[in-house]
Amino acid sequence: MTKIIQVEENILSANDALAQEIRARLDAAGVFAINLMASPGGGKTSLILRTVEALKSELRLAAIDGDVVPVDVEKIAAQDIPVVLVNTGGSCHLDANMLLPAVERLDLSTIDLLIVENVGNLVCPANFKLGVHANVVIASIPEGDDKPYKYPVMYRGADVLVLNKMDYLAVQEFDLEYFQRGVEALNPGVVFFPLSCRTGEGLEAWYDWLRSKVADHRSSNGRGNKG
Amino acid sequence: MHEMSIATQLLALVLRHAEQAKAKRVNRLNLVIGEFSSVVDESLQFYWEMIAKDSIAEHAELHFERVPGRLRCLDCGSCFGMSEYDGQGCPKCHSFSAVIADGDQFKLESIEIEEG
Repeated sequence: MTKIIQVEENILSANDALAQEIRARLDAAGVFAINLMASPGGGKTSLILRTVEALKSELRLAAIDGDVVPVDVEKIAAQDIPVVLVNTGGSCHLDANMLLPAVERLDLSTIDLLIVENVGNLVCPANFKLGVHANVVIASIPEGDDKPYKYPVMYRGADVLVLNKMDYLAVQEFDLEYFQRGVEALNPGVVFFPLSCRTGEGLEAWYDWLRSKVADHRSSNGRGNKG
Repeated sequence: MHEMSIATQLLALVLRHAEQAKAKRVNRLNLVIGEFSSVVDESLQFYWEMIAKDSIAEHAELHFERVPGRLRCLDCGSCFGMSEYDGQGCPKCHSFSAVIADGDQFKLESIEIEEG
């Protein structure tokens, strides 16, 4: 006797439940966490290194890096902040199941800002919730201005869009307006930072955004200075 | 590539519902997948056969209902596909403010089981 059972559940509901668990732990410790996503070579590690350099004297930082080889981890660890490598074993994304053990290896009570570096890929990382507070997508000028039209899921899921390598505008055709229209279509009002990790142009606005987010998060999660 | 982790999560979801219903076997999964979800049917079927091996859902057939991606213009309300939009704005009023109206589904709608 066959029977149809109605399920009506999101396929990734198990991942979503773990993501909620991660979020609860971060919030309990007052940690603000971001998920950096980009295509390979988009500038994830460069942005992390710049950010750590600029903010480590005022904020307690840590990083989790999803990768197959520890090259980027070593670069970040050289900055004297705690770093955990999640060996993705060639997988194309981080999911909550991979992230949770890495979060557990950090002493969250000593961290203000946690930067998660996702696997370099624009296709699927956006489908897997991680429980972080902001999804940051890094695009870069050499990738071309048509990327929002080709990777709608990634651009739609972004809370913050960084457009890196702005110094390449001088040497490469890139229709900024066309690019922004594509982003706006999927994600109206997304926070946007055009910058260059090489020249340092535009980085201050990105740092300010992080500072204010960390401060807001701290005060809303019981770690602020009361009185 | 990520179809393998999707298959793993899908199996857990299927087995939970199948056990609740005291199923002897799972014959078919009815999946609803929108165009904006990056899932390849053949790849998911391939990993499913590997992941579900030796479970009561081992021989389940995966049935995909594909939902095309649609955008809705926030100014005039008309709906259109991503290819019509592509850099030109809304095909009717040329506005550039649009939201996704359909095509982001990624769910297991139902399973067909044999009762024990």
